[in-house]
Amino acid sequence: MITHNTLVVVLGCAALGVAAGAVGCFALLRGRALLADAMGHAALPGVVAAALLGAWWGTDPRALPPLLIGGAIAGALGLWAVQALSATGRIRQDAAIAVVLASFYALGVVGLSVVQAMPAGAQAGLSHFILGQAATMRAEDAWAAGLLALFCLASTVALFPRLRALCFDAEFAALQGLNIRRTDAALMGLILLVCIAGLPAVGLVLVVALLVLPAATARMLNQRLPGMFMASAALGGISGVLGALLSAGHAGWPTGAAVVLVGTAFFVASLMLRRA
Amino acid sequence: MAPLSINHLNVFYGETPALADICWDVAPGLTAIIGPNGAGKSTLLKAALGLIPSTGEVRFFGTTLDAARARIGYLPQRASVDWDFPASALDVVAMARTPRTRWWGALPRREREAARAALAEVGMAALAERPIGQLSGGQQQRVFLARCLAQEADLLLMDEPLAAVDAATEREIIKVLQKLATTGRSVVAVHHDLASVPDIFEHALMLNGRVVAAGRVADVFTPAMITTTYGAGLAA
Repeated sequence: MITHNTLVVVLGCAALGVAAGAVGCFALLRGRALLADAMGHAALPGVVAAALLGAWWGTDPRALPPLLIGGAIAGALGLWAVQALSATGRIRQDAAIAVVLASFYALGVVGLSVVQAMPAGAQAGLSHFILGQAATMRAEDAWAAGLLALFCLASTVALFPRLRALCFDAEFAALQGLNIRRTDAALMGLILLVCIAGLPAVGLVLVVALLVLPAATARMLNQRLPGMFMASAALGGISGVLGALLSAGHAGWPTGAAVVLVGTAFFVASLMLRRA
Repeated sequence: MAPLSINHLNVFYGETPALADICWDVAPGLTAIIGPNGAGKSTLLKAALGLIPSTGEVRFFGTTLDAARARIGYLPQRASVDWDFPASALDVVAMARTPRTRWWGALPRREREAARAALAEVGMAALAERPIGQLSGGQQQRVFLARCLAQEADLLLMDEPLAAVDAATEREIIKVLQKLATTGRSVVAVHHDLASVPDIFEHALMLNGRVVAAGRVADVFTPAMITTTYGAGLAA
């Protein structure tokens, strides 16, 4: 028997999975997986700063929206830092990503210990942003995830020809008059949105897997982009449902990790299927 | 009106000048850009197309790049794209028609037929549905050429259309180039095989960071000019 609580978590994870699957399809093809990972990690100091600000201001430091806005700002800052570092030409992008990911995350961890030393339990729940805790999802969080999924699906479908042109051959697309900078920014914005939205449920360590696993699995099962796109969104949703059910049936299994493991199972299965 | 007219174009890579004070009018017909490695041949095409920053003036058909966009086709180097992308040969060619697609990306039938016709023109009609990752190098180059054709441009800029292709593909591509010229299009191609220049092209630009010579192949493609362009080592 599925309780109301479980149903909320299942639906929320499914919506999150669909959003990540749809956006992840293009994130993978554009080679943005590592950048997404960096943005997820870079969000932590922003989340901590928002909690500190909330405690100082006297508002509820555990209210989710301010924490996520703080995370989004820090994530965007991390993205900007990666691009600024690569643009100097002194280090390559992979090294820039590693530097930003580690330094922002370290800053966040130090910030966490500062918050922990404070009274009033301001730190309660903050550490869940690292590994995620979907089990505490409330009905309004699930609704928000549903809206996110609708928004991500609508954006990727509306931008489909542009995103395809960008991912396959950006120079050629630019020559045809496509605004590469704006299209790329739109894609990065969607990736950031999914990363931040996934933080409370899946955690910053695993959120990149939501983007990459369904897309990589869908790529192996499809030779054309429309099929890959639909399969990626569907696999994301199915992984969310099965992962949430699995963790509900085994008290103590973190939901985010269960979702990622289901996604990994699909990935491995399609890998074998393709080799056979 | 020259299909492409370049005036005092300069390109820098950091502090190093890659192209210095290029002044060049492209004549209608088939033109080869030749020169040693690092001479700036690809750089010249990319700078003219606004894909890399440059100074100077570039005019297409007497107007700006933005105004002439629909009349310009481009064939990049084959290595410049991800051949593992989930697309069929027809999908890739159809991307040339993207400005004419509907919002969700489904091609109107007329556009799809135009893409199919372009594939047929390079002898690839039978492989239209094949994933691009499963095509040979020569077949991939033909798909690229078909995409360039599907743009229905009046001026086609090609970056090494004959690089690393088999003999059959080379003959096929040359045939297509010559057909383009007889139907009033202009083609500018970066070219590596000096021996075949007089057979394929009417005009040549000999480049080595600057314009060494430009004009009719019969006039500029001389042993002395080749030596000047490439240095003494290659005067065979």
